[in-house]
Amino acid sequence: MPSFKKCFNIRSRDFIHAGEASIAVQQLLKQMHVDSNLIRRIAICGYEGEMNVVMHGGDGLFCVEIDKNKIVLNISDDGQGIKDIAKVMEKGFSTATDEYREMGFGAGMGLPNMEKNADNMIIESENENGTTVQMTFFTKSA
Amino acid sequence: MKSGSKLMKLSELARILDASFLSGEEQSDIEIFKVGASDFMSDILAALSEGGVLLTGLITIQAVKTAVISGCSVIIFVRNKEPDSQVIELARMHDIPLLSTPCSMFVSCGRLYAEGLIGLSGSR
Repeated sequence: MPSFKKCFNIRSRDFIHAGEASIAVQQLLKQMHVDSNLIRRIAICGYEGEMNVVMHGGDGLFCVEIDKNKIVLNISDDGQGIKDIAKVMEKGFSTATDEYREMGFGAGMGLPNMEKNADNMIIESENENGTTVQMTFFTKSA
Repeated sequence: MKSGSKLMKLSELARILDASFLSGEEQSDIEIFKVGASDFMSDILAALSEGGVLLTGLITIQAVKTAVISGCSVIIFVRNKEPDSQVIELARMHDIPLLSTPCSMFVSCGRLYAEGLIGLSGSR
């Protein structure tokens, strides 16, 4: 599989388009005949990540990089950042408003769900200076 | 499919819930065996949702996107809720039938459970 990279823009509070990058990546990986279970894990991580950017981040960038042995999702935003990363990894912890909960998100399950589905996840964040979440998925040939 | 679970045609499931199709009626012959019920999409994304029915009161575009991402085959909206045309259009694009039932979430789950369907994790 040749190395390949594609990026999508995510806009703050754009709930109508949130998820489109993940669905586009899902379609792309299907066309590349990637294992369906792996595609589902990647799409779930991508979608939770996109919703996090739309809800809490600022504007963001969603990139997928596909190479021979691994697929990497890199989701970054220029939002307010995360004050306490350990705290946001706790199941059920959320700073989401009722508005977000009414859309079916913000129950404090997003990041734990991403960590569960990714083979490796790194969060880098500075208060007031954006967040980057990088998730790596190893393909079977690894 | 988990052995011993019941397979049910979507048309039969619609009859049990007195549900009407908002889209995808041409898929009424697809077979269903498991159901997940939640208004929190992360619950569905965290579960083994592939091939399942999503029973929800959430009528936003996120319900359809959650079904596409997680592999849910069908969405049923409870309490006669109907999403707007943009949501229905997206579901059509991804071949996900949408139905609406007058039943509450509780009654919908009860009726389907009584007919032998299982949860997303395979449990009863």
